[in-house]
Amino acid sequence: MITVNHYLILGSLLFAISIMGLFLNRKNLVVILMAIELMLLAVNMNFVAFSHYLNDLSGQVFVFFILTVAAAESAIGLAILVLLFRNLRSIHVDDLGSLKG
Amino acid sequence: MEFTSVVFYFLSAILLLSGLRVVTVRHPVHAALFLVLAFFTAAGLWVLLEAEFLAITLVLVYVGAVMVLFLFVVMMLDINIETMRADFRKYLPLAGLISGLMALEMYVVLGGQEFGLKMPEPKAVDYSNTKALGRVLYTEYAYAFELAAVILLVAIVAAIALTLRRRPGLKWRDPATQVVVRKADRLRMVNLKPQKPGAPVEDEA
Repeated sequence: MITVNHYLILGSLLFAISIMGLFLNRKNLVVILMAIELMLLAVNMNFVAFSHYLNDLSGQVFVFFILTVAAAESAIGLAILVLLFRNLRSIHVDDLGSLKG
Repeated sequence: MEFTSVVFYFLSAILLLSGLRVVTVRHPVHAALFLVLAFFTAAGLWVLLEAEFLAITLVLVYVGAVMVLFLFVVMMLDINIETMRADFRKYLPLAGLISGLMALEMYVVLGGQEFGLKMPEPKAVDYSNTKALGRVLYTEYAYAFELAAVILLVAIVAAIALTLRRRPGLKWRDPATQVVVRKADRLRMVNLKPQKPGAPVEDEA
């Protein structure tokens, strides 16, 4: 019998994996963006699971909006990445400190 | 073990393994391909949760559009993979510790109780998830839906404006100057006398 906990634990494991990805790929901005997508997937998993078990469609509507915003975010993020690579010839996170902020 | 449990454990194992490969694999293209696998498997899990429309949306929007965008960008960039992996081993203990702690904490919170939620009855055969979702989306959430469309438009404009580049030597017209041009700048009216066709032109000057 699959309960809502199974899905929540699956989502939390996926979230932990993507947090690990943020730490491991400190140099590579592309993989950091991919880890963020994975995090959003983990959160969406929780929304869909609760929507199913509570028999309420609002959770799925929320996932729909999260997907929209995530698509916009990744499009703009990749545009910034391309711009960065054009100017710095690298996508290392350490090279981004030129503003010294 | 019943069939849905088998499917759930099978898909979750694939999802977690491919997620792990996304963050540990050496080449960014392979990471993108593993992310495609992860999204596809998650879509399968959402079908198991009777969210068919979102499952198809995930495949179409993420696998079809966002991941292709990722692959394009990764292939456009000329990056040195070896220097990128320099600190991989150095950060591994810290990363493992923090993510392991997070997973443990979440397990402590979520492990035991089920929030009193029972498995709902399966929907009828002629129930349409898309129709039900569309009904609330265009009535209750119509305003938010239009805002989402505006967000997508802003994303399009921002992405194009950020990556637009004018190379020197490229011949192009500035649309703004074309729009503000007035008739008087371009057009000169000349008074001509009417003439019969074929008649010799009189020299006026």
